[in-house]
Amino acid sequence: MFFILKVWRQAGPRSRGHFQLFDMDGISGDTSFLEMLDILNNRLVSQGKETIAFDHDCREGICGACGLYINGRPHGPDDGITTCQLYMRRFRDGSVITVEPWRSAAFPVIKDLMVERKAFDKILQAGGFISANTGSAPEAHTTLIARKVAEESMDASACIGCGACVATCKNRSAMLFVASRVSSLALLPQGKPEAARRARAMVAKMDELGFGSCTNIGSCQMECPKNITITHIARLNREFLYRPG
Amino acid sequence: MSAILDAKIPEGPLEKKWTIHKESLKTVSPANRKKMHIIVVGTGLAGASAAAALGEQGYRVNVFCMSDSPRRAHSVSAQGGINAAKNYRNDNDSVRRLFLDTLQGGDYRSREANVYRLAQVSNAIIDHCVALGVPFARDYAGYLDNRSFGGAQVSRTFYARGQTGQQLLLAVYSSLNRQVAAGNVTVHSREQMMDLVTENGQARGIMTRDMVTGRINAYPAHAVVLATGGYGNVYYLSTNAKHSNGSALVQCWKKGAFFANPSFVQIHPTCIPVHGEYQSKLTLMSESLRNEGRIWVPTRKEDVLALREGKIKPSDIPEERRDYYLERRYPSYGNLVPRDVASRAARERCDAGFGVGKTGRAVFLDLSGAIAKDGKACIESKYGNLFQIYEKITGDDPWKEPMQIYPAIHYTMGGLWVDYNLMTTVKGLYAIGEANFSDHGANRLGASALMQGLADGLFILPYTISDYLAGKIGEPCPDTATPPFVQVRGDVQKRIDRIMALKGNVPVDVFHRELGNMMWEHAGIAKSAEGLSSLISRLGALEERFRNEAGITGSQATVNQELEKAIHLEDYFTLAGLMVQDALHREESCGSHFRIESQTKDGETLRDDDRFQYVAAWEYKGQAEAPLLYREPLVYEETRMTERKYI
Ligand SMILES: Cc1cc2nc3c(=O)[nH]c(=O)nc-3n(C[C@H](O)[C@H](O)[C@H](O)COP(=O)(O)OP(=O)(O)OC[C@H]3O[C@@H](n4cnc5c(N)ncnc54)[C@H](O)[C@@H]3O)c2cc1C
Ligand code: FES
Repeated sequence: MFFILKVWRQAGPRSRGHFQLFDMDGISGDTSFLEMLDILNNRLVSQGKETIAFDHDCREGICGACGLYINGRPHGPDDGITTCQLYMRRFRDGSVITVEPWRSAAFPVIKDLMVERKAFDKILQAGGFISANTGSAPEAHTTLIARKVAEESMDASACIGCGACVATCKNRSAMLFVASRVSSLALLPQGKPEAARRARAMVAKMDELGFGSCTNIGSCQMECPKNITITHIARLNREFLYRPG
Repeated sequence: MSAILDAKIPEGPLEKKWTIHKESLKTVSPANRKKMHIIVVGTGLAGASAAAALGEQGYRVNVFCMSDSPRRAHSVSAQGGINAAKNYRNDNDSVRRLFLDTLQGGDYRSREANVYRLAQVSNAIIDHCVALGVPFARDYAGYLDNRSFGGAQVSRTFYARGQTGQQLLLAVYSSLNRQVAAGNVTVHSREQMMDLVTENGQARGIMTRDMVTGRINAYPAHAVVLATGGYGNVYYLSTNAKHSNGSALVQCWKKGAFFANPSFVQIHPTCIPVHGEYQSKLTLMSESLRNEGRIWVPTRKEDVLALREGKIKPSDIPEERRDYYLERRYPSYGNLVPRDVASRAARERCDAGFGVGKTGRAVFLDLSGAIAKDGKACIESKYGNLFQIYEKITGDDPWKEPMQIYPAIHYTMGGLWVDYNLMTTVKGLYAIGEANFSDHGANRLGASALMQGLADGLFILPYTISDYLAGKIGEPCPDTATPPFVQVRGDVQKRIDRIMALKGNVPVDVFHRELGNMMWEHAGIAKSAEGLSSLISRLGALEERFRNEAGITGSQATVNQELEKAIHLEDYFTLAGLMVQDALHREESCGSHFRIESQTKDGETLRDDDRFQYVAAWEYKGQAEAPLLYREPLVYEETRMTERKYI
């Protein structure tokens, strides 16, 4: 297959970026999107040129490292997957593919397609945990948790922290990210004692770090590679943020 | 020699050893803990849990990882589950049974006392993870669910959909975050360890490279913990994440930490087969699928051919023309034989010409029976994400036709040699998780790596390291302006300059792929003296070509992923040499180490306990000299060793 790649290049956080065009020929449809970038980078090395920086690791959709804005959508044209799970057979032969980093003030570009997502760590540090010290846990079956509840908690907890929700939101809000952790822990009995405090602390941190606020547009759930829904945002709002007292 | 390789296994009966030992370990008072600095390298299950547990105790911890966030460590990709001896199924599981299964699974090449301790602490791991909010799968009444894994006849594996590793890591990463907020732990992400700093045989700290600015930084500590995972990526194609690497292990090896059983590498039977030249990694289809899936190839060559030509579909082949070869050869364990056994059996069928798929190097993993029996919804709730992964990669719909699978490099049982306290041969340097060699012998059972990583990090290291630190009270944290640090800083800078000076035009990946092919061919599923010996000169020649022809572009003062790859590749060359040497010296077959010269008439592994019942630990002797072998004899005080049978 043949593609024309239009890739964002940016030398560093403070440099001005620009698009660079590359002709990509001889690409098999079974090549993954990131493998196609590998091929391009190998070609660049052979020509003595600097390679394109991009984040990746597991290459199976679970670590959340990869995240590219492809043809105007986080993780590309398919629903429910990460960039590393995208294969070239998904694109029309001969098409132009535009590749950009996440764009959000809270995720500054480090280089080319690589962004800094430390803000997510900071939000979780503000309260995204259950304060159980090692060694203090009771026998696991002391508290039974209905299957439905455990499954719902798991649905929320599937978040891989990739940042697609922020990248797609016109307000650059991290609400889906925050809600997934809050909701997952609050559903479980062991997470309840700290639930309200956790929610408030995480939302306050999100605001402080320059993420926007949620206006219920719902594009985040469209782009979430793990199909996390805005029901969790509703739970966060209803249960913890706007409940009086 | 035995003085150096004293494993420090405590006296007493097996069940009491850990308790007796714990009671003898010294502790550090809370006021003094604040003055003790610990470095933890790696934020997988082992590193993150250790850093969090040490932070909770009040130590000052600096933790490092190469990804942008600790949450992305390779542990995140574990799918299937984590073992524990809870006996929730009332199928007569127990600490002793988990211990025996692990020991037998490892083909009696692991330490009895360590494995027993692992089984003992397994239950507390589940308790702790539940307390941290891991949404483990549950039944309708709200009890924790279990599934079965290879090498066991009981159901003892706890899981969270197909994302167990991610959920466990999220939990311990959250604990880590809590300690960051409390001010006890500092996280240094995108910062790669480049060397260990030692003085008088003791670990003093590490030298790192900031992967964003290229700056070289020195960090001092009273003790250093290595939790950098395994080195399966020597083989280029593996199920490991792309950034999993063996560099920190090699650095520590060169600084005096012995490397144990380097050639013990696990090959996982159920991975998506290789399909293209530019493929960058292999994807695992969790072993848990073997619970409900049946593995087969056609019994007739004409069916194999017709499949390849696309004339028939797998589902067209009637039952009687299918060879469920694992069920045929191993009736009592069937599809749930350990990984090494299943991998060799797949290779045997493919070598015999019954392999399916475009390349003939694949077998079927068929869940159609389970789908028919339990319904699609039930199977989807258990394995839905695996089906999705499969479909995305291959473009085939696994709900319609069986998956195709083939073995791939997966896990390294070898690693830094550690004593019972998890300390390496460098004082104050510990190794935990996949980075050490300890508990899995010559083959690891499924769902036991997560268990071991968390056991080490949560319940073993925090006790044993305190004993060491108790002897350091009053000692100030080392000064990074002193000669040992200055020297290492210079060495690291020189190394980076040397790599940046590579001015050929061949990308690093090309050499890595070649290295991987060679190793897979001759140091993979089956090894022979001839094949291994041939590797020695070929490895040298490839490394030589790398030095002459490789090209690194860009600068060292910013993100430079080519430089990062070259650093790892240099270390893979070192590791490959060591692995070959170890494999050559071990003229027996055990677990996943299969020397074709040492097999039974049925093609099973044949151990040679008289000659090889020991841990092989290698000491680095410099670039020009061959590494030196030390033996730690394996003594089984309470276990009767048997032939490893799964029939
Ligand atoms: C696809 C897959 C599925 C698996 N499924 C299961 C399963 O179901 N059950 C099971 O028990 N096991 C499973 N395993 C095995 C298990 O996941 C690993 O053995 C285990 O997670 C290793 O954990 P760890 O903490 O030792 O290291 P890792 O999780 O590999 O973490 C290594 C850490 O070290 C850091 N690091 C490495 N080098 C450096 C350096 N030089 N400087 C700084 N930081 C560095 C990395 O950034 C990372 O944070 C699976 C493995 C794979 C590949
Ligand atoms: S590389 Fe891990 S999610 Fe894509």
